[in-house]
Amino acid sequence: MTARTNASRTNVPLIEVRGLKMDFPVKRTITGRVTKMLKAVDDVNFSIQPGTTFGLVGESGCGKTTVGRAIVRLYKPTAGEVLYEGADIAALDRNDLAPYYQRMQMIFQDPYASLDPRMTISSIIAEPLRKRADMSVRDRQDRVRELTDLVGLKQDHLLRYPHEFSGGQRQRIGIARALANSPRFIVCDEPISALDVSIQAQVINMLEDLQSRMGLTYLFVSHDLRMVRHISHVVGVMYLGCMVEMAPVEELYNNLLHPYSQALMSAAPIPDPDMSDRIQRIILQGDVPTPINPPSGCTFRNRCPRAMDVCSQTRPAWREARPGHWAACHAVK
Amino acid sequence: MRLLSIENLTTTFKLPVGDVQAVRGISLHVNAGEAIGIVGESGSGKSVSMLSVMRLLPDNAAVTADDIEFDGQSINDAPISMLRSLEGDQIGMVFQDPMTSLNPLFTVGFQLMEPLRIHRRMSKHDARERALEILRQVDMPDPESRMRQYPHELSGGMRQRVMIGIAIACGPKLIIADEPTTALDVTIQAQILDLLRTLQTNHDTATILITHDLGVIAGMCSRVLVMYGGKIVEEGTVREIFYDARHPYTWGLLRSIPQRGRDRAKLVPIPGSPPDLIAPPKGCPFLPRCEHAMNICNTQMPPHKMITHTHMASCYLMDPAAPFVRWDRAKGVTRDDRADERLTD
Repeated sequence: MTARTNASRTNVPLIEVRGLKMDFPVKRTITGRVTKMLKAVDDVNFSIQPGTTFGLVGESGCGKTTVGRAIVRLYKPTAGEVLYEGADIAALDRNDLAPYYQRMQMIFQDPYASLDPRMTISSIIAEPLRKRADMSVRDRQDRVRELTDLVGLKQDHLLRYPHEFSGGQRQRIGIARALANSPRFIVCDEPISALDVSIQAQVINMLEDLQSRMGLTYLFVSHDLRMVRHISHVVGVMYLGCMVEMAPVEELYNNLLHPYSQALMSAAPIPDPDMSDRIQRIILQGDVPTPINPPSGCTFRNRCPRAMDVCSQTRPAWREARPGHWAACHAVK
Repeated sequence: MRLLSIENLTTTFKLPVGDVQAVRGISLHVNAGEAIGIVGESGSGKSVSMLSVMRLLPDNAAVTADDIEFDGQSINDAPISMLRSLEGDQIGMVFQDPMTSLNPLFTVGFQLMEPLRIHRRMSKHDARERALEILRQVDMPDPESRMRQYPHELSGGMRQRVMIGIAIACGPKLIIADEPTTALDVTIQAQILDLLRTLQTNHDTATILITHDLGVIAGMCSRVLVMYGGKIVEEGTVREIFYDARHPYTWGLLRSIPQRGRDRAKLVPIPGSPPDLIAPPKGCPFLPRCEHAMNICNTQMPPHKMITHTHMASCYLMDPAAPFVRWDRAKGVTRDDRADERLTD
């Protein structure tokens, strides 16, 4: 709660994304000319206030992970701006990015694939510190111990290897590594979807504790709508590379405007039999089209229960439909 | 009428490091046309118990049971050929990952026709007609051209429809669905669950739904079994489990997900991790993670205590001499240690 009120007082966002586009070539001729492009992210705009969590939801292939990776510059955006405290880092090259890589970190989905099986836990956590010239070996060891305490691991875990740990513990190791250089911004890319329900809550609580203690800012990418509602301050919904709706969390969940967000939210299973019987579900027909050849106009129109003629002709504008509540849909007044 | 009943099933895997006791004596039944849910975390034995019944486990698995009956017939000591003739005919199976359970070398049409050709001895022509009908029944867009396609050409949701199509091809009495929607997105998950519900109501097919998602169970099943450490720790109607759960593990499952209406309230995780089933504890498997544990929990497995004729919990808190502990969504944990007073009333 405090994070939310603090955030509304400051006005400079920590991260701001303007017109972000990310294309991937999928087919080339023999001379190397690109003949097919996959538009993974197509003109996405949002900002994240310091100390808050921005939740990004959508189905697989909607581009939510790509947005996260483009912000921390694991990818170089095709077009658009990524502002870190007002400075555009979208076009910087590797050398100029070095200071930013320390301030921005990432936690990955698969705690099995994201840790090197041949490294000890101690060397995994210390790895981001190795480039730091200002740190002696001694300092580094101290920092590693500090981090292990912070994420609730034991000191005698340090000389073990990843395979000796459960999924939840591995995710803690991944978080300790991300925190090594005291970043301000962390992209959490589906950090809990590979974990059992009972362990998910442990990781979520830890992320929340770390945020309130260290003032961290998160981009929380997930398809779990319940957890996103729980952890986020502002939520954006993506569909086929585009942001279709964005609002502060309670405003969004209480006044869904876009037909896709409405369908997405109504499809989420509710762990309450009475509620589950009462709810009116919108069941979408068909599958998500391929982003290589998306529908013209609004990309959602072929599955949309409210599609009109105009939807196939022009792409709906991204506009503020209610105060602080943005949507891209012709049917939203 | 009982369609499937299982008495005291155990499954042990022989591994070089020791024997893993994956299922440690479970009994359950499914009535005709009923949908039950089995919930538990990975390694709780929920999938292995169903694979044991169907004898679909590798050779290093030793399965024992006092009795397993399907449709009035004992299948406990039946030859494996009898199980194979039931599977795909009377019992349809749907697995989590449709990409690895469909054969990549055969067309969708071939795989749909296979059970009809084998179990029903249909001609190619009749089987094709029936396969098309099934594809329409599972809401597959453009069924004629799908028949000629291979699994890799389909999306995850469509592959799962094919899996369900194969499972229902011969009009089974029972569908065993093992995490059928875990690999799918929520909007596709809603489509698939809707389809399973329709099949259950329109064709009176009994369903066993194995999942770790309580949300899926709530909208789909009438009874729920909660498994932990290879045992059934609580069992009841869906309302009994969601609104009057008695086992601390079930409370833990319900508390660790955000509650509707109190979405920002702090989550209460279950501390620690599940037990090691190579050397399972003598007492309650949940003991090391349980905040209400007592001395007795260490000595032996708590007995199955019936609360109503449908509601069972295996926990020493159910003993009249134990402290009074309850949990509900609104009030959280209520604890009353004045056990003496309770003993006298």
